[in-house]
Formats: sequence, structure tokens, C-alpha cells
Amino acid sequence: MKKIFVAAILASLAFPLTAQDVQKQIDRYRELLADGNPAELLEMRGEDLWKQKRGPKNASMEACDLGLGAGKVAGVNAVLPRYFADVDRVMDLESRIVHCEVTLQGFTMAELTKRPHSLNQSERQTDHEALTAYVVGQSRGAKVNLPQSHPKERESFLRGEKMFFFKGGPYDFACATCHGVDGQRIRLQDLPNFQKADNAQRAFTTWPAYRVSQGAMRTMQWRLLDCFRQQRLPEMEFLSPASIDLITYMGVKGKDGTMDAPAIKR
Amino acid sequence: MNIKRRQTIKAGSSLALVAAAISAGVLPTSAFADWNKAAFEAKNMADVLKALGGASAEKSADIVITAPDIAENGAVVPVAVASKIAGTQSISILVEKNPSSLAAEFDILPGTEPNVGTRVKMGQSSNVHAVVKAGGKYYVATKEIKVTLGGCGG
Amino acid sequence: MADPMRIRAQQKGDVTEVRVLMAHIMETGQRKDSAGNIVPAHHIQTVTATWNGKPVLSANFGPAVSQNPVMNFTFKGGAKGEKVIVTWTDNKGDTRTDEAVIS
Repeated sequence: MKKIFVAAILASLAFPLTAQDVQKQIDRYRELLADGNPAELLEMRGEDLWKQKRGPKNASMEACDLGLGAGKVAGVNAVLPRYFADVDRVMDLESRIVHCEVTLQGFTMAELTKRPHSLNQSERQTDHEALTAYVVGQSRGAKVNLPQSHPKERESFLRGEKMFFFKGGPYDFACATCHGVDGQRIRLQDLPNFQKADNAQRAFTTWPAYRVSQGAMRTMQWRLLDCFRQQRLPEMEFLSPASIDLITYMGVKGKDGTMDAPAIKR
Repeated sequence: MNIKRRQTIKAGSSLALVAAAISAGVLPTSAFADWNKAAFEAKNMADVLKALGGASAEKSADIVITAPDIAENGAVVPVAVASKIAGTQSISILVEKNPSSLAAEFDILPGTEPNVGTRVKMGQSSNVHAVVKAGGKYYVATKEIKVTLGGCGG
Repeated sequence: MADPMRIRAQQKGDVTEVRVLMAHIMETGQRKDSAGNIVPAHHIQTVTATWNGKPVLSANFGPAVSQNPVMNFTFKGGAKGEKVIVTWTDNKGDTRTDEAVIS
């Protein structure tokens, strides 16, 4: 599969280059891109929102407990999803942010989950994307280490693992079809193989990411939604248990990686 | 933009004068960066040069373009230009095959290093030109950038 | 209203390196919407920067500068704690000014 893709790229470029050259030059492009990440603009907006008094209860998000204690933001994305006693279930970062907006600020679940992602590049990014960008950015440099000591955390991982290998849809695809073996690509993008620690670490630590092709930062929930779409599986529901379990699976696989998100990607 | 004001600025032969006017609150800061409509609508390098007030550009090895050989996405192609030509007054970045060639123009003011960078859109693989104005003359360096996915339109 | 810029100004020896991120759609005027209508051009036209009230950069952008523009430049001088002020203006007359302290 890899050979065919590379051959196609070489043919489309119509100049003599080896696959290795192409990869080196694409890496160079990515390196130059990393030098300035517009996701930082969204992080700034998110920080502002986080500290603003909003909603029917006119409260800020600063008292939100994201897993490391009320008001603590630094490093949280490296230890999520995790079990929260107050709701007696495992939550990922985005679920917890929405949870705090409901409990602290008095927004309704319905209004928060109606349009969590901006649609296209000409639409302003949503408040949910901005809040997520800010919190995620505060975990840069933190080592990924999802807790797995609570039975519900372990169950979440196991369900996520099962889903990862579950084949379905008109193409009989599983996540593992593309992300469980080496050397898979979509166009020029190498796909991470979650059975390898370094691959899983790189994948987990670089989402959310600013997508230059969309001119927007995309969250981890969006990433899964779009993976399901590409697999032609039923639409992944925002904040669904399935989405949380898959993120738990990826996070546990990415243990010891160093958070570097929001990243910037093609 | 007010034509009289433009003429006033052009009449001021040194940038220091403009700077003094700005700090004195006479001119808004936007006054020292007239947007050259003709140059930005020009379809090729020759017309861009004409609109900028030049005739032709001489090839120069003293202009260094830092950009990838292949861009994964034409919507965002990092391009930086450094000029070693003494008395560099401006640096322009042109994408030959874009609908309009000129992407950005930087005025190099006294005290500004002739080394600037931005990111441009490329509709397809194309030559990218860096045009430098120095001592009233124009110089150019060119680099071809391959684009695997065009970056204009919807 | 336009979102704030992210400006980083860093003193390196006798120069100051400035890196600016601007939040702007940079619509080309070439794109069609889903109904087939041309989306009008909407892009930053001018960017200026001053340090201690002295102009240190003046740039003109066309619609081919990427969405959420990045701009890097360097000027001679600058000391930690001093301010760099950046202003952009777009073709609809919107403008935004932000500042950064040199670090």
C-alpha cells in the first residue's frame, strides 16, 4: 500500500525523486510550519473565555476540577480521560469542560453539544474549541500518564480496545485496519500504528491540532468523529461513551509521551 | 485613501520625516504603508515590477529564499527571504502561477534587517520569486516549490 | 471585532526578533460558496510595527497570504521591557492593534 502511494506521489510530481527524498522534504515543510502555530490565537481566546464570568450563573470556569483539583489546569490533558467520583464515570477533557460549563455556569447540555465544532474555514471557531485549545495548551511538556487504578478506568480502556479492533460498516473497517499495522498512509500522511509505543505517543500528544487545510484547530473529539466518517461507520456522537473509551485506549497506549498540543498539521 | 496625503508622504523624501510626522500625531500609522492596488492585481512579474515602479529585475545570488521544496498543502507555504544586497529598501514575494503574482511586500526601513518571513497560498506548483529593491534597482531570486495539494479556492 | 494578535518580541544580541500571528480569514475573492457565489475578498492589506514610536516594519499583504497570517521580522536595537506595537488594517477598513513587551 505504501509503495503504491509513494509511486503515485512521485508520478504526480513528475520529477525524479526517491521516496526518501520526498519524505525528507515533507518533514522539512512540517518543521517550517511548526515555527508558528495559529492555534495559539485560539488558546488566547480560550484563556479569556475560561476566566470570564459567563452563563446564567455568571461564573467563570476557574473553579472547574479537571482531575487535578479545582482550578488546576496545568498538565490535566496528560492524565485524561480519568474517573471522576462526582459523576461516577470516566470523562475525557472535552466532556469535563462541558460538565463544568453546565454545573458552574448553568448552560444546558443541549446548547453546548448542539454545535461543538466550527463547520468550515470561514466560520469563527466555537467557544468549545477555544476553551479546549486553552486547557490543552497548558499541558505542553507534561508526560502522558492516564490513571488506570479505578475499575471504571480499566473498563473504559478495555471497551476502547475492543472498539479499536471491531470491524464494521460497508468497508468492513476497524480503526486497526489503518492504525494497527505499519506503513499505512493517506496521501502523504503516515498513519500511526497504535501497537507501537512511539507511534501512539506521537499521535496522542499532537492532538488537538491546527489543520492548515481547514484554517482551524480541531479537537480530539472532532478527530474521532472524522475517523468514524472516513470508516463509513455510524456517526460518532459528541462526548459519547464510545468516544471517551477510544480516547482512553489511545492515551493509555501513548503513555510516557510528552504533550505537545495543540500541534499544527497539514 | 486620500490622494493628497499620499502625495505628501511621497514628497517627504526620507522615512525619518514620516516617522516624525507619525510620532507627532500628524499621520495615522497606516499612512506609511500604502497598499499598491495595481501591483497586487498584476498577473505576472513584469507587471508587478512596473506597478512597483521598476522595469526589470537582475538575477542575484545575494537573495536567499528559505522555503520547502515540497509543500504538503498549498494553503500554507512558509517563505522567508533574506537579502545581502546593500541598501535593501523592500522585499517582495511573488508566486508566478497564482491568479495575481504578488503575495506580500515588505518595506525595509532604516534599522529593519532585510530578512522577513511569512506564509503564502499557492494554487499549484510554481516558481516563487523574491524581488528586492536596493538603491532604486530591482533584483530577483527564484525557487521552485512543488505543491501536492493546491491551496486556493474551496 | 477582530481577535487579538499573538506577538513575540525577543532580544537576541543587538537585534530584536519579532514573530506575529494574526487572526484573519484572508479570503481570496476567488472562492465560491456552496451556492456557487463568489465569496468577496477579505484580507489584511497593511501591517505596521513600531518600537519606541519608531517604525520598524511596514508590509503590504495581498489575498495570497495564508489564513491567520504569520509574519517574522528583525530590527536593530530593542531592550528587554520595551514595547513593540503592531497594527494591521484590512480591505474592509477593520483594524487591530496589539503590543508585546520585548523579552
